[in-house]
Amino acid sequence: MVIRIVRNFFKRIFNNIFRSKEQLSIGFYGPPNAGKTSLANRICKDWTGEEIGKVSNIPHETRNVQFKEKVEIDYKGKKLTFKLIDTPGIATKIDYEDFMKFGLKKKNAQQRAKEATQGVIESIQWLDDMDLVVVVLDSTQNPYSQVNITIIGNLVARKIPVLVIGNKVDLRKADLRKVEAAFPEYDVVGISAKYGKNMEEFYESLFRLAKGV
Amino acid sequence: MAKNKLTLSFIPYADIAKLNSITRIKKILNIVLQNRIVILQGRLDATEEASLIQSTMALVGRVKNFRGVELAVIQPNQKENLMDRVRLGIARSLVGNRDALTVIGPASLVKEIKRNPEKIDLMLKR
Repeated sequence: MVIRIVRNFFKRIFNNIFRSKEQLSIGFYGPPNAGKTSLANRICKDWTGEEIGKVSNIPHETRNVQFKEKVEIDYKGKKLTFKLIDTPGIATKIDYEDFMKFGLKKKNAQQRAKEATQGVIESIQWLDDMDLVVVVLDSTQNPYSQVNITIIGNLVARKIPVLVIGNKVDLRKADLRKVEAAFPEYDVVGISAKYGKNMEEFYESLFRLAKGV
Repeated sequence: MAKNKLTLSFIPYADIAKLNSITRIKKILNIVLQNRIVILQGRLDATEEASLIQSTMALVGRVKNFRGVELAVIQPNQKENLMDRVRLGIARSLVGNRDALTVIGPASLVKEIKRNPEKIDLMLKR
């Protein structure tokens, strides 16, 4: 775990030194299980042919920062090349017993919790490396959680442009209006990353925001 | 601490106003680790909130039975007009952000803090 953090730390420094501004760094942030990796997979599969990571119903499936270099979107004659950075979900609490409810054995659940806590720390550390952030929220959940507000507050403090995504609009419980009401100052796009619903609006908003970076 | 006993610790803004970010976070987490719920007058800034989350995560697994925190900030007067916002901004820059209220409790005690724009519901574990 420590080795991985140190390795990622040096990787970040190296990447920053040699980063070309032609390639933006676009981060996917949000609480656990909002669908960050599902959306990242959808984009990567559409434009590079391969997925970026595994998805699961068990929270904190993504426990380390994963990225895909040079994702090139060619949409309606416009091109956008960027580094896609998928981050572990940010949470204020992690209880291994919650993982056991999904059938994980105690030892595995404890290991998962340990890795998840490191993932949260790593996600926050990476905030400084982003040029643009897509905040992925689960539109079936209350958007007023402090984690969401803290993430957006940190992006505002760092002057990083934000696109808010209300994911899982295919579910009956989804309430995109609530997400829009919670973040009236931002462009909010409702999508279903799982089924690829409304991706056109997502790409349009992404291009619009990237243009200003 | 006796079981089923709930202790709230109120921190007036004056107590944290002159502290640096690290000391503020330390002060809050020290109280939370004693299984108390902190009611803080005012709020941490966004970067301090992120640091609080990082420090919390660093403690999970290292401190026995500590699973993290539940956190919520309630900020009144969110629908002010432009002039009110300017006045509030000036006031905050002079005396600090005192009109907010921050609730931070250990996750072992606080099941959930439901936050709606103008109120928070604190749900405790049995």
